[in-house]
Amino acid sequence: MGNLVNWINERFPLLSAWKKHASEYYVPKNLNFFYYFGFLSTAVLINQLVTGLWLTMFYTPSASQAFASIEYIMRDVNYGWLLRYMHSTGASALLIVVYLHMFRALLYGSYKKPRELVWLLGMAMFILILAEAFCGYLLPWGQMSYWGAQVITSLLSAIPYVGDNLVTWVQGDYHVSDATLHRFFALHVIGIPLLLTVLVGLHIVALHQVGSNNPEGIEIRKQLNRDGKPLDGIPFHPYYTIKDLFGLTVFLIGFFAVVFFMPDMHGYFLEPTNFIPADPMVTPDLITPVWYMTPFYSILRAIPDKLTGVIAMGSGVMILIFLPWLDKSPVKSMRYKGYLSRLALALMIVCFITLGYLGTVPVTPVKQIVARICTTVYFLYFILMPVYSRMEAHRTVPDRIMK
Amino acid sequence: MRGHRLLASLIILLSATLLDASDVKISQLLPVDIKLTDQPALQRGARVFMNYCSGCHSLRYLRFDRMAIDLGLVTVNGKPDEQLASNLIFTHAQINDPIKINMPPTEARQWFGTVPPDLSLIARVRSPSWLYTYLKSFYPDSSRPFGSNNVLIPDVAMPNVFAPLAEHTQAGGLSEDEFNGILQDVVTFLVYAGEPSKLVRYRMGVFVIVFLSVFLVVIYLLKKSYWRKVLVAGKKHIPL
Repeated sequence: MGNLVNWINERFPLLSAWKKHASEYYVPKNLNFFYYFGFLSTAVLINQLVTGLWLTMFYTPSASQAFASIEYIMRDVNYGWLLRYMHSTGASALLIVVYLHMFRALLYGSYKKPRELVWLLGMAMFILILAEAFCGYLLPWGQMSYWGAQVITSLLSAIPYVGDNLVTWVQGDYHVSDATLHRFFALHVIGIPLLLTVLVGLHIVALHQVGSNNPEGIEIRKQLNRDGKPLDGIPFHPYYTIKDLFGLTVFLIGFFAVVFFMPDMHGYFLEPTNFIPADPMVTPDLITPVWYMTPFYSILRAIPDKLTGVIAMGSGVMILIFLPWLDKSPVKSMRYKGYLSRLALALMIVCFITLGYLGTVPVTPVKQIVARICTTVYFLYFILMPVYSRMEAHRTVPDRIMK
Repeated sequence: MRGHRLLASLIILLSATLLDASDVKISQLLPVDIKLTDQPALQRGARVFMNYCSGCHSLRYLRFDRMAIDLGLVTVNGKPDEQLASNLIFTHAQINDPIKINMPPTEARQWFGTVPPDLSLIARVRSPSWLYTYLKSFYPDSSRPFGSNNVLIPDVAMPNVFAPLAEHTQAGGLSEDEFNGILQDVVTFLVYAGEPSKLVRYRMGVFVIVFLSVFLVVIYLLKKSYWRKVLVAGKKHIPL
C-alpha cells in the first residue's frame, strides 16, 4: 500500500492534494446546521448522475416512445421504479438543499470579500441546475412536460425582431416536438451535467483558496498559531467528514421517506397531469412549473407586459449575481448586522416563498395583487441593499470565535 | 340579527372569492377507502374491471401475468394460474401480453365520438376519490345517445356501464353498501394498475428507514467521540 502511494505520489500530487483539501484544510470550528447543505448538494448531484446514468440505459428519447419507456422503467425494469423515484425526488431534493445553501450565504454574508468568486461560480451552477431541471422535465413527455416546455421556450418570442426565429431555432421545429425532445435529452444527459461537474470542482478549489466562512463571519486565517495554523480552525478531515456523514444520514432518512412513501409529494414533485401523454392538440387547464421554478414564474405572471415580464423573471435570478457588490456592510454575518438587514432578509424570504406558492395556483385578482407586492419587495431587497446595509448600525466583530 | 346575517354572508362571499374553483370541486368528492394490502379486494376489482370496463378500456402498461402474480392469482409454485386465461382474459391475448382492447379506433370514434382512454395511469391523473365519485355521478338524461350523463364530466361519451347493477340494487338484489363496495374494489384495482410497485415500495421503505436509523446511531456516536477532542482542545487551547 505504502509503495503504491509512493509510486503515485512521485507522478501525481496525491498526498499534498489530500492534505490541502482534507486533512490539513482548516475549517472554522463553529459551523452550524446551515453548513451541511454544501456537502449535501454534492451528494444529491452524485445521486442524480448515478441514477440518471441507469435511467438512460432504459429510456428512449423519441416523441413516440418516451412516455411508454418511462412506464416500462416503472413496471418492467427490475427496481426501475426505485431508480426513477430516486431521480425525480433527487431533482426536488437538489433544489431544496441548494436553496438552503444559498440562504446560508445570505444569512452569514458568505458571498462577501474574499469569497466573491466562490459566489459567482455557485450562481453559475444555480442557473445551470435550473436549466438542467427544465430540460429533464421534458423527457417524460407528459402533458405538463410538453406544455411547460412550450410556454417557457415561446417566452423567447417576446424579444423584438429575432424572437420568433429564436424560438424556432431553440425548438428545432415550429412547436415543441421530437427534435426538441432530442436536443433537450442531449443537454440533460451530457452538456449541462459535464459543465456542472467541472463547476463543482472549481467552486471547491476557489473555496479552499480563501477558506470557509462561518456563522460569526470571522476570518480564522487572520489569527494563526506558531505553526501557521488558524487558532479557531480544525482539520476538515476527520472532524467535518464525520459530521457531514452524520448530516447525510439524517438527510437520507428524509429522502428515502419521500422516495418510498410519497414520491409524488401530493403533486409537488410529480404533477398528476404529467401522467397523461403529451398531446399538442389539448392544452391543460392549468400549466404550472415544478415548485422550484414557481417563484420566478410568479414574477413573470405578475407583470402584464410579456417582454417586461420575461426580463423581470430573468433579472429575478440574475440579480443574485451582484450581491457581493450590493452589500456595503462592513460585517458579514447577520449576527453583527443591524435590524434593517435582518428585516429586509426576512421580508424577502417571506415574499420569495409566497411567490413560490402563488406560482402553483391559478391567478385571481387578489392573488395577482399579492404577487405584485411580493415581486416589488423581492427586487427592493437587492436594489436598496447598498442603502440600508450602509446606513444601519452594526456591532463590532470579535477577533476570535468565542464558543 | 340582520347585521349578523349580513356579516356572515359577506364572510362567505369573501372566502368564496379567495378559494379556487378547484378547491370547491375537491370538497365535493366522496371519500373512498383504498387498501392495497387487501388482496381479495384487488381480485374482485380485477374481475369487475375485466367484466365491465375491459371491452372499451385498455391497461396497456400492465401485463396479465404481472397482474396475476401481484394479485395472488398463482399456482402453488408461484406461476400465473391457468384459470386466468379462462376467467379474466376475454381477448386472444397471451398471458404475458399487456391488457389491450380489440375495439378498432375508427369504429370507436363512430360509436362513441372518441376512443375510450387507456386507464393504466388514470388513478395517478385523477385521485381515487375522483374516480369513485365519477362512477357514482351518472344520472339518466334522455338527450344523450346512451340515455345517461355525468356530473363530473358533463356530456361524457361513456355510458353508465354500472346501470344494470344500480337497477339491481334499487330492486333490492344488492344492498347499497354492496354496490358501493363493487365500485370501491374497481377503484382499488385501478390504483394498483397505476403503480404496481406500490405493493412493494412501502415494505421496502420500512427496511431502508430502519437500516438508516440504526446507521445514524452508529455515526452519531462516532461523531461524538471525534468531536470530544475538539471540546477538550478548545478548553485547553491546544491546536488540533
